[in-house]
Amino acid sequence: MTSPIQAALRNALRTGVILFVFALIGTAMLAFTHNRTEPTITRGQLAEKRALLSQVLPAALYDNDLLASQQSVPPDDLLGTRQASALWLARRDGTFSGVVLEAVAPDGYSGDIALLIGIDANGTVTGVRVTAHHETPGLGDYIDRAKSAWIDQFTGKSLTAPEPKHWKVAKDGGAFDARAGATITPRAVVKAVKSALDYFARHRAAFVVPPPAQETEPVKEKSA
Amino acid sequence: MMTMNEFRGLFHNGLIKQNTGLVQLLGLCPLLAISNNVINALSLGLATTMVMAASSGAVSGVRNFVPNEIRIPVFVLIIAVLVTVIDLSMNAFVHPLYLVLGIFIPLITTNCIVLARADAFAAKNHPLHSVVDAIAMGLGLTLVLIVLGAIRELAGKGTLLSGIDLVFGEAAKGWVLHVLPNYHGFLLAILPPGAFLGLGLLIAANNWNKARVAKRARAAVPVAA
Repeated sequence: MTSPIQAALRNALRTGVILFVFALIGTAMLAFTHNRTEPTITRGQLAEKRALLSQVLPAALYDNDLLASQQSVPPDDLLGTRQASALWLARRDGTFSGVVLEAVAPDGYSGDIALLIGIDANGTVTGVRVTAHHETPGLGDYIDRAKSAWIDQFTGKSLTAPEPKHWKVAKDGGAFDARAGATITPRAVVKAVKSALDYFARHRAAFVVPPPAQETEPVKEKSA
Repeated sequence: MMTMNEFRGLFHNGLIKQNTGLVQLLGLCPLLAISNNVINALSLGLATTMVMAASSGAVSGVRNFVPNEIRIPVFVLIIAVLVTVIDLSMNAFVHPLYLVLGIFIPLITTNCIVLARADAFAAKNHPLHSVVDAIAMGLGLTLVLIVLGAIRELAGKGTLLSGIDLVFGEAAKGWVLHVLPNYHGFLLAILPPGAFLGLGLLIAANNWNKARVAKRARAAVPVAA
């Protein structure tokens, strides 16, 4: 004879054990899948990052492992960053040949526009890409390379060409095109790219310094 | 096994009678968010169908081992595990497909239709029937998504199939149909309000059609016009 309380307890225990078994099987499945897929996924992510970097900095410019050269930069007004961002230092035959900066245009039409900006050793832009934005679809989103080639007009520009006072959209008397109806977005991008060039000019000396010993390890030294 | 009639019944149920988007009104969050063009709509619809078929099959397979009191947590667990496994596997093994559907897979967790079908159908039926039901429901959702996506894209941008190059590669760029040339666009249709308006119109059309059919059935003679 079992009392009702005992029966209820037994039932609760049985239910709990069943739930536990399902949780165990679920966890095992997840662990197994994660284990199996993680190396491939990490490799894929690195390849994607490398492909993105090569879009803003031509591969011919450097012979070091760009991903391994990643450095963290504290938040900086010129970069528009409120959190630490990353930069990648390109070297050819051991000498500084360019940098890829993460920058933010904080004054887009709807919030931050995240940018990746490649600059060569002379301070000339080698490429710009928008990596994240919330601009209006069909209106301000032409800054995205997937939507239009607008962003390509920065390539080859520097602080001397055009002059700083012409680093504006055409509507404000500057050298950069912008589509009618959406000038806030390109204005923000132009401003952010110019500030990034200012940042580069200010920090160039630090970039040129050869990397400390522990960082040279992944770099293949071609000419010693 | 399954008779032809049962099969047809399940599909009629999924596509029309119990259509998730127009009749059950389940899973509206992703439906409204992703229907701004045809390609997005199609991608989300297919991804949802795939997850539903897998989860309904799995739930139905274990239905006899799950006590009634804990069925919901167990089903949620099964669906969450399946979605994550599919997400990780696609990312690792079919990366090009993942780039297209990847952002939609986590969205499916916000779709209550997956759990609804698991609880309402798969928990009481044979795995084969459950999978067919899930596929029918998924295709019903896909259909509504495509129609809504087409309406919004056409009204908003005057094109169809824009963004197809993200699915089929650069070569597919020419497949975009510019239905209305020199169209200046109607932004509202692409922005969130367009989704509510479009879905409202679709539901209204569906209800109107249902009322019409019912009226015709009641009248002995077919009503003209």
